[in-house]
Amino acid sequence: MVGLGDVAVRESRERIRSAILNADFEFPQRRITANLAPASLRKAGPGFDAALALAVLAASGQLDPAALVGVAVFGELSLSGEFRDSPGALAVAEGAKRCGLPRLVVPRERAREAALIEGVKVAGVGGLREAVEVLTGERPARAAQPPSGSSPAGEEQPDFADVRGHQLPVRALQIAAAGGHNVMLEGPPGTGKTMLARRLPSILPPLSRPEALEVTRIHSIAGLSAGELIEHRPFRAPHHTISAAGLVGGGNPPRPGEATLAHRGVLFMDEFSEFNRQALEALRQPLEDGYVAIVRGQRALVFPTRVMLVAATNPCPCGFAGTDRCRCGEPELHRHERRLSGPLLDRMDLLVNVERPSAEDLAGAAVTTSAMARDRVLEARERQRHRLRSTALSCNGELDAKLARATVKLEPTADQALTRAYTVGGLSARGRLRVLRVARTIADLERHEQVSEADLLMALMLRQRTGVESANRLGALG
Amino acid sequence: MSACDQCLARTWLLGRLSGHLDHLRSRIDTALVLSDQELITALAGKDAMEVGEAHARFAPAGAEAARERASAEGVTLVCRCDPRYPPALAQLEAPPAVLHLAGDPRWLGELDDGVAIVGARRCTPYGREVTLTIAGGLSIAGVPVISGMALGIDSAAHVATLDMHGGPTIAVLPGPAERSYPPGKHGLYGQIVDRGLVISEFAPGTDVRRWCFLARNRIIAALTRVTIVVEAGHHSGALVTARYAAELGRMLGAVPGRVTSSQSIGTNELLRSGAHLIRGPQDVLDLIFGVGERVAITDQRAAPVGPQQALLEAISAGEETAGALTRGGFELSDLAALELGGWIRRGAGGRLTVIP
Repeated sequence: MVGLGDVAVRESRERIRSAILNADFEFPQRRITANLAPASLRKAGPGFDAALALAVLAASGQLDPAALVGVAVFGELSLSGEFRDSPGALAVAEGAKRCGLPRLVVPRERAREAALIEGVKVAGVGGLREAVEVLTGERPARAAQPPSGSSPAGEEQPDFADVRGHQLPVRALQIAAAGGHNVMLEGPPGTGKTMLARRLPSILPPLSRPEALEVTRIHSIAGLSAGELIEHRPFRAPHHTISAAGLVGGGNPPRPGEATLAHRGVLFMDEFSEFNRQALEALRQPLEDGYVAIVRGQRALVFPTRVMLVAATNPCPCGFAGTDRCRCGEPELHRHERRLSGPLLDRMDLLVNVERPSAEDLAGAAVTTSAMARDRVLEARERQRHRLRSTALSCNGELDAKLARATVKLEPTADQALTRAYTVGGLSARGRLRVLRVARTIADLERHEQVSEADLLMALMLRQRTGVESANRLGALG
Repeated sequence: MSACDQCLARTWLLGRLSGHLDHLRSRIDTALVLSDQELITALAGKDAMEVGEAHARFAPAGAEAARERASAEGVTLVCRCDPRYPPALAQLEAPPAVLHLAGDPRWLGELDDGVAIVGARRCTPYGREVTLTIAGGLSIAGVPVISGMALGIDSAAHVATLDMHGGPTIAVLPGPAERSYPPGKHGLYGQIVDRGLVISEFAPGTDVRRWCFLARNRIIAALTRVTIVVEAGHHSGALVTARYAAELGRMLGAVPGRVTSSQSIGTNELLRSGAHLIRGPQDVLDLIFGVGERVAITDQRAAPVGPQQALLEAISAGEETAGALTRGGFELSDLAALELGGWIRRGAGGRLTVIP
């Protein structure tokens, strides 16, 4: 076995031998050389088993080599000659299409997933014997059908219709979804931060088909897919003890991290202040670029990481700041703020306080349903697309200072309010840009051509605290 | 001009006996009035002989070393025998022997109309806002503001004074003058040294002990005409400062708080026993200069109207979070307008505080 294979590839000779014998074929009693080409590319995993076994059969005259022309084979073999479920079939199907191979044989469980790629005829097989029969035409090959579309039942998506109270956070999440803004949720433990964040994917625009394929491929490679097309935006909530490699990808062979698994969806980071600083630092670049490049030896892998980030944190170490239960003093609060002021705070356009819903709230009706909220989000996104059509951007959350100046038009009163917040309100230049982005999104939701004063003030209320405690109280004392 | 040998010997002795003094807790006054010799006999115990001899040998070499150390640290020394020593301090039963100064020593001569603003470390947002307004207003009126640079009320008083670029701010520390105490406030410390004055009774390098806080409080009270306590719990150190002020015959003021707030127990008690009621800078100016003699700068904020006025009233009445207010039918944009107008401030957890 030559050609830069990893341990799993080298071990495959034992599996192939046993599988061939158990499928009632003969294993040739002579020296066999299998060459995995191109030899310079590193090969990993047991997915080559089936192809190698069929090659051995063809070379030893037990299978007509002509049957293998134009065929790609993918799958791990068990000792008894069965095709085992192997992750990554979707990516293999895409590869087959790129290489101009019109037929693909994969484990039965993966057939539907692989069939998502048009132009490749996929056959799902259970074992080596069956694969041979399908290839020689002895057994009719039923082309696998791609999944019909709708996700399997029982996997109901959480909906905002289940939320009572939380008027402000729900509104803020709608703004976040409409403009593609990252959000920080701040509130005492148990008030519903996670519950709210989980519902964010339900009001994001549905995945387009290429996006759905992209997400499915990632999850297929990571071994997380059930063999269906993923149509809902992913929601990933890594624990705060996660390492930098776990978050953005890494290891050898490199594996995608949580940021990639959340690609096109929501990355939720609960207990934001507890995350390892290195991990947060590592996440900064991928968040900005939408991808992460991992270099190992001679090759670089690029994982996509286009996510919406939702961070959640307690307002103080004890968690009850802002209520009478809080026992934290000034030093504790300062320490907490310092821990929070990490590398990613810059990327948070919105900060919203999540409070305990009142008793009336719990008895009352929901603020909105996901379907209603999503309609408004879609409309607002459409307005953005129209306005940004001459740029490479698609939503307000991506605006940089230059484009914000060019595309965000303020009514005179809104302009005055912003100037005032900047000159005497302790708003920083970056903070000003964040406010502009959010104000533009609010105006899009309100169908305003120009950002009104109310839109801007709302955006100011949803920004991070400036931390400025000037006695100058915005000129109150002259 | 610097400190004399005798006064430096006293300062050295207090440093040497610092651990023993700490055992006295609140009876520290009874020790500080003693002469050097009495102190050694009373406190040093079995070390009395050794401490006595070291004290006798202190001058002139030890005194010279202390002066050199101080000048190396950029600390100016003013002792009881120095004409610059504030006469107000001499009224104390046990005035500090040597004042260690970081910053511009000329402020020491301009504290006649000074006001001490002190209070709880663990203050509420209300206490902090009131402090900022009073200290800021006094600074604009040119009145020096003196405090202890502790967390909470004390720091807020210094910050407000510095922000206004008016009257100076003076910090009296429980530790040596050349470094910040608490250490986390080194930024504020640097600003006070640059534009105000830091005062300490203790020689450079001295460790901070509990008794140092009590001793420091007597200096704050003695240096000023008026002491204002903004917030104080049951056993707050600010109440010690208030007691010194009362004993020295200085005027005492307190800011009222809700009777249900634990941080206002001390101040409300002061008011009950006759302290002047302080609502803002004007009340303090009336105390120092006589009613109507000086006018504090007027509020220049545009008064809120319509829904914003109702909103401000709701926040004053205790609905302190944006969530509670939006439930009550108020608009978030009105809240932002109030914030921008300088009427409210958002704190930790999104709690809103009215700026007086």
